Amino acid sequence: MAIALSQFHEVRLNGVSRDFGALNALRDVNLTIQRGEFIALLGPSGCGKSTTLNCIAGLLPVTGGSIWLDKNRVDTLKPEERGFGMVFQNYALFPHLNVRQNIGFGLKMRGVARAEIERKVDEALNLVRLQGQGHKLPGQLSGGQQQRVAIARAIVIEPPLVLMDEPLSNLDAKLRLEMRAEIRRIHNELGATTIYVTHDQDEALSLADRIVVLRDGVVRQVGTPKELYEAPAHLDVADFMGFRNKLKGKAISSDRNRTVVEIEGARFSGVTGEPVSIGAPAYVAIRSDDLVVGEPGENALSVTVDTAEYRGREFVGTAHTASGLELVFRSPHALEPGAKAHLHVDEERALVFAEPV
Amino acid sequence: MIRDTTWGAKLWATAVWVLVGFFVLNLFAMIATVVTSSFATRWLGTWLPVGWTTRWYASAWNEFQLGDILIVTFQVVGMVVLISGLLGVTAAYALARRDFPGKRLLVLLFLLPLLIPPITFGIPLATVLYQTGLAGTFWGVVAANLVPTVPFVILVMIPFIEQIDPKLEAAARVFGANTFKLFVHVLMPLLLPGILAALLLVLVRTIAMFELTFLVAGPTSQTLVVALYYAVFAAGVRAVQSIDAMAVIYMVTTLVWLIIALRFINPTQIVTRAKQQPAH
Amino acid sequence: MHAHVPAPAATAGPSFRQRLALRGFDAVTFLVVPAAVFSLCLFVYPFAFGLILSFEPKNGGWLANYQRFFSDAYLYDTILNTLALAIPVTVLNLVLAVPVAFRVRLMRRQRLLTTILVLPITLGTVLVAEGLLNYLGPQGWFNRTLMTLGLISHPLRLVHNYWGVFASLLITGFPFTFLLTLSYVTGIDPALEQAGATLGANAWQRFRHIYLPLLMPGFAITFCLSFVQAFSVFPSAVLLGEPAGSTRVISIAAYQAAFEEYDYSMASAVAMIMGFVQLAIVVAVLAARGLFYRGPATGAKG
Repeated sequence: MAIALSQFHEVRLNGVSRDFGALNALRDVNLTIQRGEFIALLGPSGCGKSTTLNCIAGLLPVTGGSIWLDKNRVDTLKPEERGFGMVFQNYALFPHLNVRQNIGFGLKMRGVARAEIERKVDEALNLVRLQGQGHKLPGQLSGGQQQRVAIARAIVIEPPLVLMDEPLSNLDAKLRLEMRAEIRRIHNELGATTIYVTHDQDEALSLADRIVVLRDGVVRQVGTPKELYEAPAHLDVADFMGFRNKLKGKAISSDRNRTVVEIEGARFSGVTGEPVSIGAPAYVAIRSDDLVVGEPGENALSVTVDTAEYRGREFVGTAHTASGLELVFRSPHALEPGAKAHLHVDEERALVFAEPV
Repeated sequence: MIRDTTWGAKLWATAVWVLVGFFVLNLFAMIATVVTSSFATRWLGTWLPVGWTTRWYASAWNEFQLGDILIVTFQVVGMVVLISGLLGVTAAYALARRDFPGKRLLVLLFLLPLLIPPITFGIPLATVLYQTGLAGTFWGVVAANLVPTVPFVILVMIPFIEQIDPKLEAAARVFGANTFKLFVHVLMPLLLPGILAALLLVLVRTIAMFELTFLVAGPTSQTLVVALYYAVFAAGVRAVQSIDAMAVIYMVTTLVWLIIALRFINPTQIVTRAKQQPAH
Repeated sequence: MHAHVPAPAATAGPSFRQRLALRGFDAVTFLVVPAAVFSLCLFVYPFAFGLILSFEPKNGGWLANYQRFFSDAYLYDTILNTLALAIPVTVLNLVLAVPVAFRVRLMRRQRLLTTILVLPITLGTVLVAEGLLNYLGPQGWFNRTLMTLGLISHPLRLVHNYWGVFASLLITGFPFTFLLTLSYVTGIDPALEQAGATLGANAWQRFRHIYLPLLMPGFAITFCLSFVQAFSVFPSAVLLGEPAGSTRVISIAAYQAAFEEYDYSMASAVAMIMGFVQLAIVVAVLAARGLFYRGPATGAKG
């Protein structure tokens, strides 16, 4: 029942939930993916991103909601009936089959003619740049090569959807960067709709057209990389986008886009997405790049320096406040551990969030 | 794992469980038959015995001299457990920690008694023991039973020892422990669960080990299982209930130790694999 | 004033002890010696002794024992009798163990089931033989149940013949075969099956194209180990079978030569023949396995 690439327009997840006994791994996930998009599911371990992928693939049944391919409901189908391509974290290449047989496996299961299988496998090998390796067994390939075979195997069946479950996490740093570029290139050449699971913020930002941030089974925000990076809508998202400082305080005043928070007697004014109730706890999120040594006053905290690491262009420092808040900041000069300083952030660069539920 | 939920798959699953159920049912029924018979006054041609009694136990105890036999059995088993522990753990440690020329050959040598069934090597072994006059004695029986148990202990202990990071031993030495202290304070505590498991398994297997004892034992060195064999063999002469009472006593003996052993081991370890661990 | 540095000791290179240690021999290695000596004395030596003894018969030339064995139908038929028991039982055990193992690996709490299945191994062949003598007898519960259900009108003859021994081998052999098979089946990376499913393979195809090739080596080994166990059947053949007739197995022939005829030379010859037949079949099965895939059963680089 493989749906041809040209025929579908969108994949829809409607209120998808998945429970494991008492544990809610996924809660009411709603998502619409357009044909040709590269979507990243981003979040820490246990957030439900792999669960979402497995539900889409059919390896896990959904306990609530439904999944649709245009007007066709797919969550009631067995995985072998859905026709989606999947790349597994540990590649899952069949160790007893050589590269050509691995890649051609899906075509063989569909009863495609031998000559056609050979032709398509050749195309796939060219696409992933593994020509000439076809006769080797997976055990004879390097990690990066195995990765390419896994990708080729998933795309050769021309699936409407390609699912990737943290495919780069088993590779070393350098290889990861190379393969990231490869994945982007293959996606551009094929135009296949891809759902990519990762816990790495950089990967998501560099590969995806849109990113879905998940935390504890709930979707926190969906948006383009730029939107997520510059305007995270939730504290968890900000956490993921590199806002290393999250200072908890009490909201003093709040309106449509400004909230003032009191932290240890100091007043912090920052940008808000939604108004926060007066007197309620609130978090000020600040990037370490935006927190600099400055003068006491508005948007400044008095701290004791802990460490200062030399990073070439500048120093990255850690410090703590009197009440034990830990901060990461930037400084052009070296600082002595134990020195007192004031850290300041620009009003426009500080984000204020309500307490997450 | 993918769970198939079509009705075809469910039918197949049910068939498999029915098969398992049939096996287990027959197994329990077989055991129940023996137990029931041992408490029966007379049992001929009816579903259940005509009456119940415990006199067969007393009668079997005397008739088969079960008291003496049990003592002999535990002496033999105890000695086998002790010696195979000593020989097996030391050899396993050496094999786990050192690589040397001829190691593979040695490992094969230790594997063979587990792969070759007891009767096949038991006959030549019995011949040699008869020639040396050890056959029919307590030590002859112990020696014969040790042949498969020493390799068994080695095979069970090697993965256990390999699991212990050699750097722990190095660290202990760096901090001043000599070999004896290393053994007492570091190795023994870590190895104890493994050793216990291995020895309990040896115990359970030796109680049930028939062929080797049978070929080598004399009238005073029979273990319970061999005595049971002789009783069943000469079944025409004695009452079935008496034999079944003896069989129940034997069953209780093995099962008691199995239950004790199960607190420390996984049942699958009774059947140790001679090949490598599954990749996980 | 400069410090007096003593001249280095004779530069003869590493000491003998160190050279040994470099090759892997030190105090720890020698811990293996007691067990090795034991094995040599009580396993290798008797085997060699038995082999030589088999060529020193009471009467006749050095091959007399073997000639006698293969010219006397009462003797050489034992090989056929034993094979007629061992091979069907092993095949049946394996065929039954595979689907059960595939089901059980999906279970989360396997311990109860494996404990129950380990019972026959713990109880041993003698007890199972006695149990079956009662249970499968003409008055036993098995026949009674079948008659009550109307499936048969006379009791089936299941004891003191081939079928009793067959049943006994099944009961004591199945747990062993099952546990081995289970360990091989669970050793296969579950992601391989998932990958197969996403590529369109249904349950049967996943078994045929993914599991079967990867399990073949394990099945071969399981077959060999189970077969060897079944081939050496002894107490149940005597107690539960017809030791003078259809279930006269080769171990009985060996036993009789040793303990009834007191002809240790002949007994050793029979034991050697027994070992040889087992070895031949094991080699044949393993050679056939060599035709299949042999490597690791995971899908990723180690």
